[in-house]
This record gives sequence, structure tokens and C-alpha cells, in this order.
Amino acid sequence: MDEVLDRDIIDAVRRFVDRDVIPVASDLEHRDEYPHALVARMKELGLFGATIPAEHGGLGVGFGTYARLMEELSRGWMSLAGVINSHLIMAYIITHHGTAEQKARFLPAMARGEKRGGLALTEPHAGSDVQSIRTVAKRAGEDYVLSGSKMFITNARHGTMLAVAAKTNPTAKPAYAGISMFAVEKSERGPTVSRNLKKLGYKGIDTCEVLFEDVPVPAANLIGGAEGQGFKQVMSALEVGRINVAARAVGVAQAAFESAIRYSQQRVAFGKPICQHQAVQLMLADMATRLEAARLLVANAARKKDAGERCDLEAGMAKLFASEACAKISLDAMRVLGGYGFTVEFPVERFYRDAPLMMIGEGTNEIQALVIARRLLELHAI
Amino acid sequence: MKILVPVKRVPDPATTIRVLPDGSGIATDNVKWVINPFDEIAIEEALRIKEKQGGEVVLVAVGQQTWQEQLRTGLAMGADRAILVRSEAALDTLAIARLLAKIAEEQKPDIIILGKQAIDDDSNQVGQMLAEMLGWPQATFASKVEFQDRKCTVVREVDGGLETVAFDLPAIVTTDLRLNEPRYASLPGIMKARKKELKEIPADSLGVDLTPKLKIKKLDPPPKRQAGRKVASVEELVQVLHNEAKVI
Repeated sequence: MDEVLDRDIIDAVRRFVDRDVIPVASDLEHRDEYPHALVARMKELGLFGATIPAEHGGLGVGFGTYARLMEELSRGWMSLAGVINSHLIMAYIITHHGTAEQKARFLPAMARGEKRGGLALTEPHAGSDVQSIRTVAKRAGEDYVLSGSKMFITNARHGTMLAVAAKTNPTAKPAYAGISMFAVEKSERGPTVSRNLKKLGYKGIDTCEVLFEDVPVPAANLIGGAEGQGFKQVMSALEVGRINVAARAVGVAQAAFESAIRYSQQRVAFGKPICQHQAVQLMLADMATRLEAARLLVANAARKKDAGERCDLEAGMAKLFASEACAKISLDAMRVLGGYGFTVEFPVERFYRDAPLMMIGEGTNEIQALVIARRLLELHAI
Repeated sequence: MKILVPVKRVPDPATTIRVLPDGSGIATDNVKWVINPFDEIAIEEALRIKEKQGGEVVLVAVGQQTWQEQLRTGLAMGADRAILVRSEAALDTLAIARLLAKIAEEQKPDIIILGKQAIDDDSNQVGQMLAEMLGWPQATFASKVEFQDRKCTVVREVDGGLETVAFDLPAIVTTDLRLNEPRYASLPGIMKARKKELKEIPADSLGVDLTPKLKIKKLDPPPKRQAGRKVASVEELVQVLHNEAKVI
């Protein structure tokens, strides 16, 4: 894909964010209201097919461009990136591990946004420790029957399907060898979305608890057609997930920085705009430097991914650094805005509340650091 | 119906414009360029007509190579093909109207739809000149366009109200703000636009007199906005509005 085309695509999304998202984001967020109209616009734009290969009806953009798209959406409202990303993680798993029949059945409709997916991995007692999930899938004739519960599932209420991790062999040793992934389409037989979770930030979109009470799923929906592949399939999508979370952090941080640098030129204290006070200048310089570094780390991880190289280390570093930078930058932006930053009249409080999600989601930053260290020790073994 | 839509490249209305110190033009570094918003409305109208009754939407621009970007955006919105009349020099409205008239003679559209004016120089001339040169009827400032066979009815926004005019095709329509709300170029549309025809023609190959009749002597930035001030009461406000601002 050529550079001009990528730039045009990013521009189109930036325009959508400026025109349609920014004017309504804070209001919808404060009311914790699902952005149906914006999601419909994103469907029209073709965002649901962003990384789905062209031969399956998507745009087939590279991860470098995808990261920029997620950054743009998050600059407007981070929740929108969640709607797209969980969907595309599911599409990624089907693209890379699904059977030809599954790809043909799911991907074109997913690219059009008619089928909207999510990833149901986390359980009430199992987050970063994926192997300890308890949801089980028992073979019964042509179906598997799923039972268990999933937690913090994005798109569960408004999406139409979920990629669900469940144990087809609960006693397997090692435990991960017993995990399989299923493409579950919601129907009257389940699963049940039991409740929407109230959150500090990342509002407006559905983050739910999902119950599987003996939900039958056709065996044809076992992703890849063989049991025990689920752990590997999920792990393969994690690099993409981390690049995405890092890109979201860059987008939120960009928005916070823009708010701060604009306000600092308008607000006058002690006879001059506060941007002319060195205390504020130091903050602005620090914010912009961290932001730039975060963006470059994301771009580097995405470039490796696009080149087909392993990038768990780079993606992990990007996620770790960008999310911490985002938290600091959004807090600094609040300092620059002073009392106004603390009010809901300015969007900075929203950025500040959204920032922690990126430190926690897609593997907490502590886990991230451990993964980075483990990989470093592999690379530098003596 | 074959629809020709002339398109101009202008600075994004959202960008802050800085006038060069010598007043010869504007600083173009850091300026984002877009399709003139009125022309975008023209493209949208053309696409809606095509969707209703079939046909072809052809874009045309007169400018430098960089103008391809705006033509590509129009193609991404759904136009079928585009023509760029290449001119390195900036041309005045008369020269542009002459070039567009040439293109119209060659392309033989049923209707030409264009913005009522460009938001950069606000000339509001090209549509009218074009109508004169081609000898076609014109309806400027359109807020509604309808067709019946080869007849077109346009509701025009005039001072203090609306005027409805009807005429035969071929004709010129210039668009006002309320005609429609332009669509986005969708991402698949952007990808498809890459494969659509974008033909370049050198302006000096069309046998048109391009000598400028108009010269911009100087640009002045608008005066800096004065700081506001607070008044204590409604009475004082009315006093100030009447005596100082002289607006009531």
C-alpha cells in the first residue's frame, strides 16, 4: 500500500474525528451513552474492515497505518477505538487461524460491520493469567456446549459475536494446551450479557459481564477446526493488541497535550500568558517529548509487525511506555489548566480518567515489564 | 446525465491564515489544503443526481500538480473521473472560466455544478462567466435542484427569501451552503479512487488567452480582535451598544 493512500485514509479519519467526534465526545461520555450514530458513521467509513485483508472484503491496511487510525480515534474519544479494536482482534484471529470456510463465512460481513465482534478471554478471576480460565466447552454431537462466565468484555452488548476462549480439555497439562477458541454468534440461546460495568473512564461503550449457561455452539465454529490451539491463537493477536493500546495512549496524550498548549496561550497570569512562564514551558516541553517518544515506539513496533518480524518486545515496550506517558501527560495537562482542568467543562478530566485503562488493559504494565525482561534475558543469554 | 463539477483547492477553513509581511499573499507553510467547501457541496449534489438517474460525474480543476489531492478526494467521494488542467501560474477568474468553457465544449456535460464562490478569494464570478461564454442558462446560489426530463428547477437563496427558477439543460448551477451536507469519502472509496482516471492537460494547450486582467496588489490581515469588557447592568449594556458600538 502506498504512502499517499495511507495518508489519505488517515486524513479521512482525522476529519471524521474533528467534525463528528470531538463536538459530542464529552457529552456522550458523561452520560455513559453508547454512540450509536458514531458507530454507524464508522461503519460507513469502512473502519470495521481496516485490517481485514482485501481478498476478504476489508481494506487490508498495515499495522503502521492501523496504529495511526487508532491514535486519531482516541484523540477524539478513546472508547471508539475499543469498538473497532476488539472487533479487529477477533477478525485477526479468524484471518490467521480460521479455516477457509470460517474466513469466507465471517470476514466479509465483519469488514462491512454487519457482524461486529469482540474478544471474550478475561474471566472474573483470570485476567493476565489466561491459562487459569474456567469456561469449559464440551463436545455434544455437532455442537460444543459452553459454560462459564467472562468479564470486562468490550462490544458484548452491541456486538453480534465474540471470540471466546474455553477449555475443551480442563485437565490438560500444561493447562494452556486445553484451551480452544470459538466464534460465538449471539442468539436467544445465549450467551447472556448479565450487566454493563460502571467504569472510571472508557465510558459509553459496553464493557460487560457475559454468562454462558450451556450455550450450544456449532463445532464448525471452533476456530481452526482443531482443539487445543486457542492459547497460541490468542497470543498471536496480543502483539496487535499491544500496538493498539499503545496507539490509543498516544491519541489520548495528543489530545491532552493539545488542550494544554492551547489553554496556556490563552490564560493570563501575572501579566502574561502562562505559556511564557518557565514552569509551564518545562511541562509543555516534557509532555511533547514523551508524546513524540511514545509515538515513535508505536511506529517502530508496527513497522516490525508489518515486515512480518516478531515484535513482542517492541510492542510491549511501546505499550508500557506510551500508557505511562499518557497518564503523566494527561495529569500535566490538568496542572496546566489548573482548576478548569479539574472541571467537566474541559475535556482534560476525561483524558485523565481514560489514561489508566491503557496501563491495565491488554496485560497490566507490570506483566508487560516482566514479559519485556524475560525476552531481554533470552536475547542476551550468556 | 453527464455532470461536470469544477473544483478549487483552498486552505482548510479551520486553519489560521497568516498574511505574508509584504502583503503579496498568504504563508502556505503549515496550511492544510481542502476542496473548496462550496465545491464539495457541488460534488455531493452531482453524486445524488447520478445516484437517482444514472450518468457520470466528471471533476475538473485548474491548477498545479498538488491539486490532484483534492481531485482524488472528490473521486473517493464517488466521482467517476477527473481532469486536471495544469497551470503553474496562478490564473484570474476570467482565464479559469475560459479554460473551463473549453473543457465543457469538449466534454459536453448536461449540467455544470460548481460552488457559488471559493472561500479563499470570494470572487463569485466563475459560474456566471462560464454561463455567458457557453450561452447557457444559469441558476446561482442554489438551495434545491430538481429535474424533470430536460428541464431543471432550482430554488435560489436571494436576499430576504427564496426564488424558484426553471430552465432547459444544458445549464450552470452554483451551490449555496444549504443545498446538502457533503458525504465523507469512505476508506474503501479512497482505495477505489486510486484506480480512477485522472487526466492532465497543460493549460497552454487549450488555445485560451490566459493573460491576467486582474492583479492582486496587496493583502491585509483583518484587524486584531479587541478584548471584551464587562458591563454592570442591562441599562449600561444598552447604552454602550447604542452610543459606542452603534449597533442598536
